[in-house]
Amino acid sequence: MLRVNRLSKRFGGFCLHDVSFTVNDGDYFVILGESGVGKTVVLELIAGLIAPDDGEIYWNSENLLSRSIQQRRMGLVYQDQALFPHLTVQRNIGYGACGDRAACAGKWVAEVGVGDLLDRYPETLSGGEAQRVALARTLASEPRCLLLDEPLAALDLHARAQLRGLLRRIHKSGRTIVHVTHDYEEAISLATRIAVMDRGTIVQIGPPEEVFHRPASGFVARFVGIRNILRGRLERTGQHTPQFNVNGFYINVVTDAAPGPGMILLRSEDVTVSRAPVQTSAQNVLPGAVMDVLRTPGGMEVLIDIGTEVAALVTPESVEHLELAPAAKVWVSFKATAVRYVGDEA
Amino acid sequence: MTRNRTKLEPLDLVFSFLGGLVLLFLVAPLVGMVLDSSGHELVRAGMDSEVQRSIWLTLWTSMAGTLVLAIAAVPFAYLLARKEFLLKTLVTAVVNLPIVIPHSAAGIALLGFMSRDSFVGGAGEKIGIQFVGGAAGIMAAMAFVSVPFLITAARDGFAMVPERLEKAAMTLGASPARVFFTVSLPLAWRAVVSGVILMWARGLSEFGAVAIIAYHPIVTPVLIYERFGAFGLKYARPVAVIFLAICLVFFVAFRWVAAGIGTPRSAQRAGAGDIHAAR
Repeated sequence: MLRVNRLSKRFGGFCLHDVSFTVNDGDYFVILGESGVGKTVVLELIAGLIAPDDGEIYWNSENLLSRSIQQRRMGLVYQDQALFPHLTVQRNIGYGACGDRAACAGKWVAEVGVGDLLDRYPETLSGGEAQRVALARTLASEPRCLLLDEPLAALDLHARAQLRGLLRRIHKSGRTIVHVTHDYEEAISLATRIAVMDRGTIVQIGPPEEVFHRPASGFVARFVGIRNILRGRLERTGQHTPQFNVNGFYINVVTDAAPGPGMILLRSEDVTVSRAPVQTSAQNVLPGAVMDVLRTPGGMEVLIDIGTEVAALVTPESVEHLELAPAAKVWVSFKATAVRYVGDEA
Repeated sequence: MTRNRTKLEPLDLVFSFLGGLVLLFLVAPLVGMVLDSSGHELVRAGMDSEVQRSIWLTLWTSMAGTLVLAIAAVPFAYLLARKEFLLKTLVTAVVNLPIVIPHSAAGIALLGFMSRDSFVGGAGEKIGIQFVGGAAGIMAAMAFVSVPFLITAARDGFAMVPERLEKAAMTLGASPARVFFTVSLPLAWRAVVSGVILMWARGLSEFGAVAIIAYHPIVTPVLIYERFGAFGLKYARPVAVIFLAICLVFFVAFRWVAAGIGTPRSAQRAGAGDIHAAR
């Protein structure tokens, strides 16, 4: 268990203050925030590359601040991988391997699938390959906890999906992971718990559903902004737009992803509410009944049952004009292109 | 390729002309010296055992002095590149001091420091090292005036190594010493070797400091001066030509070997890159 308590660090015009969180064994803990809010600094503080001005970092009952970088065994993977340019992939992976070096490195070579890259030098690797090698190198050093700094940021879509699958596998094998990112999709698809960071401190911590459904502040709501997260299965029939099956009703989505289990994300402001089915370019037009109407900082949130709960953000004028009240029959519509699909690549 | 074909501006012509003048100034005396020496004179000087001894002495003392100092100077250069400490600016200035002080003055300073009555000279004598009038003194004089070149080149080389790579190595469990020898030094290797060659080349051409601390045993730069003083230009010139030629051969050979150290990797890298591109 990693426990960070009231951590502060000030340098230049930048200030990290009062950062506290606990990462339980086996957690996939994602720190989500915009660029430049100090996410990377948190990882460097945990790894021991910089010292905090104040605060505590514990691994179980061990005070990490009294330990050297080497003793901490916190496996940090840099955003740009920081592979050693003068060593082959094989020697990069073997660099920190402990015990039987070859066997330990070999295990992770197979696990991350870089077996055919071993004799190459880092500068000849693609972004995805380099990130796999960096992961294997860190894992081979048998860290107690994996610290990932924006591991998917510099990758193209295909490599990103593959690596996400790999990270999920690594997590399932029982690793504790702390992952920082600015990408909410990444956070939702990987995290068991999410911490949202804003201006040098953590503003909300919780499971993904809680953070996205009940944002603790206006900032979190604006930043994550995804009210509708529906789990289901992507299906394809012939040449048509792929469809996402949620408990037996279908939503049209635009994606190149392969069929399989996953989730769709839909912003509440992208959902239109009408009293009658309307003809628009939107491919998803579904009947439902209003469950509730709530006032939120961004407008009126209408919760509608279309077989599952969907939230739509509308203006108070629309609520009045359309006479939106519980039990009112309505139609919801949204474009297939407004729906983001995130697959559960194994 | 096409960049070279851009139109020649009048300014380029002026600069090229000025560059040509500088080149001529550098090359003409050397070429003249070689052309003025007859084959017969060169052979006779080459067969002269005093000349042979002096060239051998110059080569090995300069190399030994460079290697001995490099053991301490390279880690020092790393320190200068990586750490911030009190009076760092002053330390850097001290490192470069030998470049700006006259070399005869450097010789006088060293002589006082290493003479038999001094602590260093006395201690050396006890363990059988004779500085004044000995090979150890020659090495010290050569190293004194040339070590700034090594330190500066190595420091710049270490500064070019991304600190993140060293940090990454440490998070993988490597000790600071292992990080230095497996990451920092290999990545700064070219700059370090280049600094070693520069220091050696500067050391072996040293006259002033060496002549003061150890006129004998005689190194070639001193021998050339002595022959010029005693017998004139005609006798000094062939020795200078032979020394110049031998230094050039070594200099080119060292450069070639140093470049070669990086080549297998670069070649492999290029090869791997081709494969990658072909995919």
